[in-house]
Amino acid sequence: MTEPVLTFTDRGIYCPAGDFHIDPWRPVDRALITHGHADHARPGHGAYLATTGALPVIRHRLGQINAEDIAYGTARTIGGARVSFHPAGHLPGSAQIRVEVGGQVWVASGDYKTTPDGLSEPFEPVRCHAFITECTFGLPVFTWPSQDSVAADINAWWADNAAQGRASLLGAYSLGKAQRLLSVLDAQQGPILTHGAVEATNAILRTQGYALPDTIPVTPDMDAKAHKGALILAPPSALTSAWARRFGPASTGFASGWMRLRGIRRRRAMDRGFVVSDHADWSGLHQAIKATGAEKIFATHGYTEIFARWLKTYGYDAEVVPTEFGGEEEAS
Amino acid sequence: MKRFAALFTAIDQTTKTTAKTKALADYFTQAPDSDKLWCIALFLGRRPKRAVTTTALREWAAERAGIPLWLLEESYPIVGDLAETLALILPPPQQTSDHSLTHWIDVLRALHDAPQDDRKPRILEAWDQLDATERFLFNKLITGGFRIGVSRKLMTRALAQATGQEEATLAHKLMGGWTPESTSFHALIEAENPAADQSRPYPFYLAHQLDDTPDTLGDPADWQAEWKWDGIRGQLILRDNAHHVWSRGEELMTDRFPEFARAIDFLPPGTVLDGEIVAWDGAQPLPFNTLQPRIGRKTVPKKLLREAPVILLAYDLLEHGGHDQRDVPLADRRAALTTLLADLPEDAPIRLPPTLPFDTWNSLTDTRAKAREMRAEGLMLKRCNSPYLSGRKKGDWWKWKLAPLTVDAVMIYAQQGHGRRANLFTDFTFAVWQGNDLVPFAKAYSGLTDAEFEDITRWVRKNTLQRFGPVRQVRPEHVFEIAFEGIQPSTRHKSGIALRFPRMARWRHDKTAQEANTLDDLHALLAAYG
Ligand SMILES: [Zn+2]
Ligand SMILES: [Zn+2]
Repeated sequence: MTEPVLTFTDRGIYCPAGDFHIDPWRPVDRALITHGHADHARPGHGAYLATTGALPVIRHRLGQINAEDIAYGTARTIGGARVSFHPAGHLPGSAQIRVEVGGQVWVASGDYKTTPDGLSEPFEPVRCHAFITECTFGLPVFTWPSQDSVAADINAWWADNAAQGRASLLGAYSLGKAQRLLSVLDAQQGPILTHGAVEATNAILRTQGYALPDTIPVTPDMDAKAHKGALILAPPSALTSAWARRFGPASTGFASGWMRLRGIRRRRAMDRGFVVSDHADWSGLHQAIKATGAEKIFATHGYTEIFARWLKTYGYDAEVVPTEFGGEEEAS
Repeated sequence: MKRFAALFTAIDQTTKTTAKTKALADYFTQAPDSDKLWCIALFLGRRPKRAVTTTALREWAAERAGIPLWLLEESYPIVGDLAETLALILPPPQQTSDHSLTHWIDVLRALHDAPQDDRKPRILEAWDQLDATERFLFNKLITGGFRIGVSRKLMTRALAQATGQEEATLAHKLMGGWTPESTSFHALIEAENPAADQSRPYPFYLAHQLDDTPDTLGDPADWQAEWKWDGIRGQLILRDNAHHVWSRGEELMTDRFPEFARAIDFLPPGTVLDGEIVAWDGAQPLPFNTLQPRIGRKTVPKKLLREAPVILLAYDLLEHGGHDQRDVPLADRRAALTTLLADLPEDAPIRLPPTLPFDTWNSLTDTRAKAREMRAEGLMLKRCNSPYLSGRKKGDWWKWKLAPLTVDAVMIYAQQGHGRRANLFTDFTFAVWQGNDLVPFAKAYSGLTDAEFEDITRWVRKNTLQRFGPVRQVRPEHVFEIAFEGIQPSTRHKSGIALRFPRMARWRHDKTAQEANTLDDLHALLAAYG
């Protein structure tokens, strides 16, 4: 019986051969980070390794850290392990981490989606023996409409609001989702305003060379109402705060995979819910798992018990891995 | 169906009442009459006779989606709605169609008489012609429960906009036992003098909660005070030698409460009484949990009739001698009611509850403090010169409840909610101390804000000690103030007590688990108020 390449500890995923952790949630000496979301990139580690695309945002969020970057597909030896990072399609720079020890290959998916969004480096299936997969939306009720059709809905909603003299307040997670939406908005329709949290990420990604349309940051002294027919991109929490009142009459929208469920749409009490997720939907999860060729699947992050049970009926050796959750899933 | 789906989407995707009303009024102006009538019926909670069991629907949908049934069953509580779950798992339709709402209802009605073997292909055929929203609505036609944020009031208002009739007139027309099969849009809504329906109740007038002190209501002399009884609000209708009992939820409860059959021996036809149905021990109401078993049963076994006999505490007179009394001032209605009920025999199933005389708001406050002894929840305050309005209108009727009883308890189990609260932990079990042990005594799932539920959800995810299926045992750390209306001994609960309407009044961040109440504290409350 070979030693497992990766193990699951109370700090997160651990590689004994290389003595490093992947996306650990408590401070460790050496952390490999899949992407910059708060539940994956946490402060306090001794050393960080992330992709060249992901690191600038991670640095911005965590401040002074001892970090090194690595290009997609470049192999590096850490102790007795060979590691490489591969596009996860979740957001710009996001990665799956491949770890090889003594001929055994394990892949930790981080968060991923299989359909290209036009902005993130598209998901790349990696052959492996064991695959640690997220399953935030691991239920058959979660299937995503195409990006084009949702983009058309959002642009139509924006145009309709503008025609009625209302601002369009669109809530989206400030890293990833917001930029993805930006890249599909029809900038001809009117000005696009951004909340500070969204604009901070925009600025970093623009410097990195990701193409985003022009935006106008919302500042305390600006006359927000002067931008007629604007669409305002902001984190969901800002939409229900005093911050949002400056725009006058407005329609509110929220972009998330959870908007697929009517109950959650109603809880959010927004005028519109747009089904846009940076996680794989039900069929995306299956496609990804199949493409790895792995026989051993670890389900983490989401409807793990149900998803693992389903994989077992499909003939996989599937197991649930407990995760300590942050707060990202609400915005997924 | 496309028009109905568009209406549903318009209503569902706005939080603004005016926009909902307008969408509905437009529908009532443009849709064919038969669709309008069905739309009203559906939003009032009615549906065509069920032709297919939900069990069959689940099996067919799982099979069509290529997933095992258990996976559908696991998804259902997370989605929170069966019709929606089925609509979401089914593969996209291969055909399109644009039949009317009534067409699809007719399909379902025809199914009722179709051979068993024909039903499945017809349902699959329908699913394959409908887009996601239409499919959801089609499934709702079968499963029922169109709760889509259209209140009776909102619908009445939209109908008023579309027809130019008074809201109050329309509200009355919509009451009672009509079905789309038994009437038409014209007969129900448009006709001057709607075909007399002998069982038709009046729309109930509902009181508002009084949050201020009563002196904000002005001169005590303008007000009538009564106990606020803890039973089931009901309307007793005596017309043409028959009686009908309606609940506030517009459910016909005549057979559930056979006691009222005798009412026609004492009271003249053309009488409609409004009041509270309570279980009665001969002198005062029995606790609500004695009445409880009577509510669920369509027919009542003799034993239960003996153990929990009901009466109507009739406090208002809506029809007298066949005439609508709702515009008559309360003081005059009360006088007529007093005369009408004056000579009832002692064992009649109807009683006139007292009004409570008072000169000052202070003296009434003292009276209210005695409500629990009277098995009442507090007081009702009604303006003496007020007409009987319909729906929840502010100003003339107030409920002035006693402050609830409270204990501080430790949260020990958590479970996810569903529907609106899917992916949040919202259903909790609470415990109090008995020595060093925590004894569970109540479950509660309401009272916190969405933001608080989100906080506690994050905490539960990180502090789960053990899982029992969907239930998580959590670190006994957080203290909540649990408010409740009543307390009763119970042999069914480990704690030996049962609470009425327990809910979370406050999250006591300021208290540690050790500072929560004890089982002895609860038993002291039981001794005082049980
Ligand atoms: Zn993420
Ligand atoms: Zn994540």
